[in-house]
Order: sequence, then C-alpha cells, then structure tokens
Amino acid sequence: MTENVPALEVIGLRKEYRVRGAGSTTAVASSGSALLGHPSKRRAPTSLVAVDDVSFTVAQGRSLAVVGESGSGKTTVARMIVGLERPTGGQVVVGGRQRSWNQMGSRERRRRAREVQIVFQDPYSSLDPRMTIRACLDEVLRLHFDWPSERIDARIEELLDQVGLDRRQADGLPRSLSGGQRQRVAIARALASEPRVLICDEAVASLDVSIQAQVLNLLSDIREATGVSYLFISHDLAVVRQVSDDIVVMRRGQMVESGPTEQILTQPGDPYTQRLLAAIPRPGWHPTSSHDSGPEQTPSTESS
Amino acid sequence: MSVLDLEHLAVDLPVEGRLRRVIHDVTLSIAQGEAVGVVGESGAGKSMTSRAVLRLLPHGATVEGEVRFEGRSVMAMDRTALRDYRLSDVAMIFQDPRAHINPVRTVGDFLVEALVERGDAKADALRVVTALLGVVGISDPQRRVKQYPHELSGGMLQRVMIASALAIEPKLLLADEPTTALDVTTQSDVMVSLDTQRRERGLAMLFVTHDLELAAAVCDRIAVMYAGFLVEDIPASQLHRGVQHPYTAGLLASRPSPTVRERRLFAIAGRPLSAYEVGDGCGFASRCAFANDRCRSERPALRVVGASRVACHRSEELSGQLSSHNIREATHD
Amino acid sequence: MTSSLASRGPLSRVRSRRSGSRVDTVVVVTGAFIALLVITAVFAPWIAPSDPNFGSILSSNQGPSAAHLLGTDSFGRDILSRLIYGARLSLLGPALIIVISTSIGTVLAIACAWFGGWFDQVVSRVADILFAFPGLILAMLAVAMFGPGLVAPVIALSIAYTPYLLRVIRSEALRQRNLPYVAACYVGGLSARTICTRHILPNVTPLLIVQATLSFGYALVDLAAVSYLGLGVQPPTAEWGIMVSTGQSSILAGHPQESLFAGVMIIVTVVAFNLLGDRLAARQSTGQS
Repeated sequence: MTENVPALEVIGLRKEYRVRGAGSTTAVASSGSALLGHPSKRRAPTSLVAVDDVSFTVAQGRSLAVVGESGSGKTTVARMIVGLERPTGGQVVVGGRQRSWNQMGSRERRRRAREVQIVFQDPYSSLDPRMTIRACLDEVLRLHFDWPSERIDARIEELLDQVGLDRRQADGLPRSLSGGQRQRVAIARALASEPRVLICDEAVASLDVSIQAQVLNLLSDIREATGVSYLFISHDLAVVRQVSDDIVVMRRGQMVESGPTEQILTQPGDPYTQRLLAAIPRPGWHPTSSHDSGPEQTPSTESS
Repeated sequence: MSVLDLEHLAVDLPVEGRLRRVIHDVTLSIAQGEAVGVVGESGAGKSMTSRAVLRLLPHGATVEGEVRFEGRSVMAMDRTALRDYRLSDVAMIFQDPRAHINPVRTVGDFLVEALVERGDAKADALRVVTALLGVVGISDPQRRVKQYPHELSGGMLQRVMIASALAIEPKLLLADEPTTALDVTTQSDVMVSLDTQRRERGLAMLFVTHDLELAAAVCDRIAVMYAGFLVEDIPASQLHRGVQHPYTAGLLASRPSPTVRERRLFAIAGRPLSAYEVGDGCGFASRCAFANDRCRSERPALRVVGASRVACHRSEELSGQLSSHNIREATHD
Repeated sequence: MTSSLASRGPLSRVRSRRSGSRVDTVVVVTGAFIALLVITAVFAPWIAPSDPNFGSILSSNQGPSAAHLLGTDSFGRDILSRLIYGARLSLLGPALIIVISTSIGTVLAIACAWFGGWFDQVVSRVADILFAFPGLILAMLAVAMFGPGLVAPVIALSIAYTPYLLRVIRSEALRQRNLPYVAACYVGGLSARTICTRHILPNVTPLLIVQATLSFGYALVDLAAVSYLGLGVQPPTAEWGIMVSTGQSSILAGHPQESLFAGVMIIVTVVAFNLLGDRLAARQSTGQS
C-alpha cells in the first residue's frame, strides 16, 4: 500500500430515504434523519435527506471524528461506508479504490471486510449470544486467512492480549462478560481482519465512565501498535478531543464545520459547534438555554 | 428541618428465589430547598435509592433502615398515607419520559391526571398545567396540551414530565437520570428549566445521575455511591478542591475534558462491582490504588471529615493526593 | 426494622426474575410423559400384553379385568394393546407434519428476513392466503384427490401448518437480522449463507422448539379428527382417532371404554404438549430480557 493514498475518502456523500404517505413520522425518526418540510402536515414529504453532500478524508494512521447530535446523519454516514446502506449519491474511496454498490458478491464483501471494520454502540447486542468469544474470533480469522489452526489460535491469543481479555474469558459466552469486556471483544473481532480503517460508532457511549476511560486508552494503544486509522462517530466532544486528530461537525445531514480537533474545539467557528461545546458539563459549568436552537419538531429517538 | 432522611437504608431484591443485596448502607438527608446529586456507575444502587424513597420497589423486596419524609416513616405508611405521599409530597421524573407517558392520551390528559385524582376540577387543572408548560419552556402550550406524546421531541416530553412533577406542588423532586437520553444541547435546555423552577419554588431534589459535573452544576451536595454504599457526601463546591474518597477522585479524573487533551486518560482498574459482589472490606478496595489490608478486611463507616462525609479508612492520610492532577500524574509513572 | 414492600401499579414493574435455572416440575412431568409415550410407541411389540388386531368375538365389549386391563372392544380386541400400538401412528403423523412444516417454515422465514423486499412480500402473501384455509378442509381436499391413508392428510396438514410457523419464526428472524451482531457479521465479510445458518438459525432455534412443541398438540388433534372421519388410516389399523370412531357404536350399548380411553389418550397427550410448549415459551421470554 502506498503511504500517501488516504485510508478513507468520502466525496459528496448523500442519502435520501423515500417516505411513503402520511403517518411516517416514526419511520423518519428511527432512521435519525432530518425531515424536509413540516411533519405535522397530513401529507408527508416523499423524500427525506439524511445525509447531504458530506466529504472528508482520513489519512493513513490518522483519526477523524464525525460529531453531531441525533438526527445529524453521522451514523448513516458510517453505515454507508461499511456497506450497510447504499448511498444515493457520492463516492466512498478506500485505500485509493472507489467502491461500487452494484457488485456486492461475497468475494467482494470479503475483500472490503479487510479494509473497513466497525464497532457498534451497544455491547449487549453486537455479539452473537450463542457463540463463544473464541469461536467468534476464529470465524473471522478462518474466513480471511488461509492459516493452519496453530497460527489461528496464536492470533486469537494475540488479539485477546491486545484488547486486554484473558483466555478463560474467551471460552465463555458473551453473557458472562460485562459491557466493557464485550466492547473489547467487539474491538478484537473488528481488528481480526486487519482493516485499514476502524469505525467506532458511539463505541464508548454506553459504557460507565471508568470503563470508558479504559476503552479509550485501549483504542489509542491499538492505533499506536497497528497504525490503523479511526473514524469516530460520536456525540461527545470530550471523548472526541481525546481520540481524534480532526473533526467534522454535522447537523441535520450537513457538515457545518471541519478541521483539526484542537482548532475546532478551542476556537469553534460555527455557532452550532459553539453551542455543542458550551453544553458539555465541566468544572464550573452551568446549564444555559440555547434559544436559537429552533423549534424541536421531529421526535428524536435515535439512540446515539 | 430536613425534608428527607435516609437512615442506614439497605435493600435486598429477590433474584432467582434468593435475596440479593442492591443497597448496603445509605444514610443521607436532604434539607428543605436543597438539591443532592446521587452519582455513581451502573450497579451502584443510585436508582434503587430513589425508588426506595417512593417505596416503589419490585415485589418481594425487603428494606432495612428507615426512609423518613418530614420525620414520618415512609416504610410505616398505610395505603392511604402512601397514596397521599406519592400524590402530593414527592414527584418523580424518569429517564425515559416516553415509557412513562401513555401514548394514546394527549399531553393535557397526562398532565391533569394527578390533579384530577386529587380532586381538582378538570378545567382548573388544565389551566394550571398549561401555564406550567409555558414556565418550563414549551412554546405554544395551548396547542401542546392537545397533542399526543409522539408529536413531541424527547426534550419537550421531558419538560412535560417536569411540568407534571411541578403540577402537584411537591416538596421533594426525584429526578432519575432525567437527561441521559437527550442530546447535550437539549440536556442543557432541560436542566435550565428544571434548575430554575426548583430554585424558584424552593423544592428539595434528589438528582440521580452518572455525570458528576452535571450534578455539581445543579446540586448543593454530591452523594457518590459505589456498589450499594454511599462512599462520599461532599458539597458541590468542594468537588474540585478536595474530594476525600479515592473513588470520587478516580471518577473525576477518568472523564475526558472537552478543553484539554490528556496524554493518556486516567482509568480506574477493573469494572464497577454490583452491591452483592463485594466482600467484607471496603466495596471499592478491589479497584483502589490505595487499598491496604485493613481496607480489604474492615468495612469503613461513613464519618464526617471537614464539610464532607466519607467512608474511607485512609481519607486523612490521602488528603492532598487525590486531586485529579495528582491522580493522573501517579498513573504516568 | 424490616418491612416487606409490595407496591403495585404501573411503576412497580421493575424486572423481577423468577424461576431462572430452577427445575420446573411442569417441564419435568410433561417431558417425562411424552418420553414415556415415545418409548411405548417404539417398543409396542414388547410392551403390549396381546395382539392388537386379534380378538375373540366371545370376549367382546368386556369391562376392565385382570386379563384386559382396559377391557376389550366390540371385536374382543384388547384396548390397552390397541392404545399402545395406536401410539405409533398417532405420534408419527403429527411428528411428520411438524418436521416438514417447521423445516419449510424456517427456511422460508429466514430467507424472508434476510432478503426482504419482493421475496418477503410474495412469500408472506402466499402464506396469508394459505392461512385462510383451515387445515382440516385442506386435508379433506387432499384425501378426496389422493385417497385416504396417512400420506395425503400429513402432506395437506404440513402445508396448512407451514404459514403459521413461517409467520412466528419470520418475525423473530427479522428481529435477529436487525441486531448489530448480524451487521457486524456482514461487515466482517461472512457470506449470507453463513450468517443465516451459523448465526440467525441458532438464535431462532429456541423459539422454533417452542412453536414445534405447541403445534405438535394441534397436529395430533387434527390428524385424529381426520382418522375419526374415516379419511385417514383405515381400520383395522390401531390409531387413536379410529378407535374413538369405531368405539362409538358400543357407547349406546353401554360399553364406552374404547372411545373413552382413546379420547383420554388424545386429550392428555395434547395437554402435555401444550403445557410443555407454554412453559418453554415462558422460560424463553424471561431468559431473553
């Protein structure tokens, strides 16, 4: 791989959802998207833009955070990059290769799995409840590498070490593990195929504060050790400051600001970023109301 | 005089036919007009504490110790007394308003329910709650009372919940993670409403949250819980000056800051224990960097140290070592 | 002071988990009964006291006695032996129906959940149409076309039971398919077949077992009804449904034993399967939360 090719490049990404008839407000809300037009009207709009013209680049070994609140479209961006959603427009370029959505055979998906992996938010539903941790890692390794069993076993041990799990835990089912441990398993599984880019979709949002710190440290250790690039999808600017080099701020499907993390979080240019930053509880903080947030219209039920 | 007193509260819940401890020992008072933040991680017993105040515990739960409201024992109340207590003295705000508001009835119906139950005329009640919606920052309350919960955003619905809590003119507010499910900007907005109204009305509040900084911003005192124990009760103003318990210090240090990037985050080793998992000694001993043999064998009692109360054998020795800066420095070595 | 709290009302429904891993007597009793029944059916020649198809007219319609524990029928055949032999066909029929309908139902259900779109639409609509036909009518139609016996009703009832199983399993498979672990498998590059067979299928299996158990009881009743109407296996073969039917003529003569005991066997077996299914379902739902 050439070093100056960006690990991941997203150009003019767009996602529209078709909305059928009235009474579709719930569907809209669950996809976590901005709605065009007025939802309380009888006839709902026929199309809704969840992601609108989003572009960014993640260099090899760098970490980019996509920040926004529910309905910002940040999760949809992640889902399009890993192929769980089909973009309406725009391009996703991974390691210099443009992705097409027309040929998604299993061979092609297997190749892509070695480029981009994802860790989801909920550690309780992102592991197969009936598969031991070892079997889960074994399955991915056997799929991607034509290795003898000893080498696969050795690699499993190595992955477990890397994410800080012991061997005894590896023979148990996910239900015997705590939320933080499960998230470590999810990270190990994602790393198993040795991807260039690891997407963390609110990967620490549902963890306890003390566990969150452990996992954030783990993620930075992994980046140091493997040179993997990160795409962090997060609503939490404090977390983002800790783990990212660059930031893209999204709101209602559009990018409002982007730049180096340090710069954006020290001197946010956009009023929305400023408001987002001001809303984080910190020493000496007092809640203030943001009157210009506009009327809250759509019920926001996105979990992120 | 204090509005609420918890005296050596201990709660066991039946799990698979056996009782399992969820709260070991909580002693806490809330004075009139005072806000106390109960902070802890999952399994700490903070939500169960707020439920015990309302006597809203799962069937088969047993309670030791005492919960007193204005001196009266909540545990000893009969059905009617308990009903009156829940209907007019305490109000609870839950984490997920959508789960606690009937989706097929209008917001107005939900809001007047408690008032009508108490004997007010419906038209009067509706006038009162409509005015309250405006007070908690909902625009066009006349229209909102006729709407259904699904037509309102999560932030607005939580304000509806706050309005319904204020409607009964309680003396004590219980807020259980009221903004955890909301976006940060919405959280800020909702907290403004809650905080302002509470102060204006001089209500006492028990505010349950996992977020120390959020609690510090709206509460007078912070009660930190770990594994079913109250480990530290500290004035909110002292939180960044002199915490006494290593767990509180660890919690403060492990939360990343939006303004400074740490070279490496401080992390408390291990995972938060549940109350039933702790042994004889201090509940936090297994994760504490300062634990010694005494900590592992003898349970520390809650005692007064300066303006705070703390349950740690070594709090005097450690004073000065527990600032976030020192804690972080210690881990870099 | 210790006080026990019992608060009712909507707010008190905090998770209370009971009967997790403890031994469930209903499951043990019904399970043991069903196992005993299967063993009896398999080893009928060794267990049955006499030949089920041979009797003497001289000893017809006898009440229970030491020689014939449950008495004899109008042909003088031992009712107990006929019940024991009858268990074979009476259980085999429903078993075949369940195996066929759950197999087809599961494959289609998982395929619907995975592919979605028009495939799901078409399969679900066809299932809805089939759902509108009562199983018995379908079975009679099949008998009218292919003649009486075991095969025609079994195939007809298998078809009739498939939409039911398909519906239940499809919704669970759909739930599983939308969980992040399946998305993680997909992003991990696993093929659709692997995800469906190695991940989704094992996770719908508990529900599958529950539904198969419940359906077994219904299938047994339906098949007995077919035999009772004379459309299934034909006399003199021993089968519970036939026994209820042939015993009928003796009831008026004051000899209800054949119909009675066969009827009791049908009812008890169905109840056992339903209780077991219900209990397994309850266990499963508490285990999931």
